[in-house]
Amino acid sequence: MDLPAAPPPPVPAPRESFRTGLRAGVPYAVAGGVLALSFGVIARQAGFSVPGAIIMSAIVFAGSAQFAAVAIFAGGGGLFAAIAAAALMNSRFLPMGVALAPSLPGRLLKRAAQGQTVVDASWAMANRGEGRYDRHFLFGATAVQYVTWMLGTVIGAVAGSGIGDPRKLGLDAIFPAFFLALLAPELRTASARGVAVGGALIALALVPLAPPGVPVLAASAAALVGLRRHREQAS
Amino acid sequence: MSGQQWALIAGCAVVTAVIKAAGPVAFGGRPLPERIGGVIALMAPALLAALIVTQALADGEHLAIGADTAGVGMAGVVVWRKGSIMLAVAVAVLMTAGLRALG
Repeated sequence: MDLPAAPPPPVPAPRESFRTGLRAGVPYAVAGGVLALSFGVIARQAGFSVPGAIIMSAIVFAGSAQFAAVAIFAGGGGLFAAIAAAALMNSRFLPMGVALAPSLPGRLLKRAAQGQTVVDASWAMANRGEGRYDRHFLFGATAVQYVTWMLGTVIGAVAGSGIGDPRKLGLDAIFPAFFLALLAPELRTASARGVAVGGALIALALVPLAPPGVPVLAASAAALVGLRRHREQAS
Repeated sequence: MSGQQWALIAGCAVVTAVIKAAGPVAFGGRPLPERIGGVIALMAPALLAALIVTQALADGEHLAIGADTAGVGMAGVVVWRKGSIMLAVAVAVLMTAGLRALG
């Protein structure tokens, strides 16, 4: 399977990376599928039709934003407030997209399309350190999560509320536990440890003050100490 | 309801796609200046830490310590003791569900 030595790709063996990503994405896909199931149930209870719930998962594919938008809409918050909540919830994908950007080659539209594959867990796992990302790994890890996200939504929307309360089953602890396991290897350097503590404090301070989503976006400001580090090295 | 439902779905799809495209469109395909690279390298610890605390220590718009906080804390112990990711997640789920069942 050796390819001719064209300009060296940023990441070797795309197909292998994609497969590795698929496998790495499986646990998140299982957890995401359960979450999607509860999304399907909640969307139906909020008055969505079965096709509505399914199509929302298919073209939005952003769990927390979908939950936020449906909750506000069902609570009578109005169309604009619901979409704004989804946008704020997704605002964390802005810094993730900026971080990923140098690892995405190709034309504008292609990069925009590749950027759609960013979801929290895939983005974090595709990080290869020093600002590099393995994009084929990212695509694989997201692909498997997309499949179960759709499966879960379909089952939840069709089967309805015959399914138990996800909180009672402790399923809301899945994602933070995963993220903790992903964070641990990031903390090799003192500056990374400081930034993690800083990001956590910024987020916690903003939780009571800002709409959901904004605290995580604002936490990315902690990474700005990276500017200072390089300035010190340069001088 | 039906028309509103589709407007909501379309609106959410558009804002999500625009947000996810913004970074790659604006900065894609070329290496960032080295100083910016230093910031990008630290983005993962900052965002991961924020995701953990907002999910484990908060409930919507207020801070809340609950069964999930304890579960995620135990997962932290497993990670610190070099246990596997799946073990950490299993411990978090079982502890959270167990505490909720008790009280």
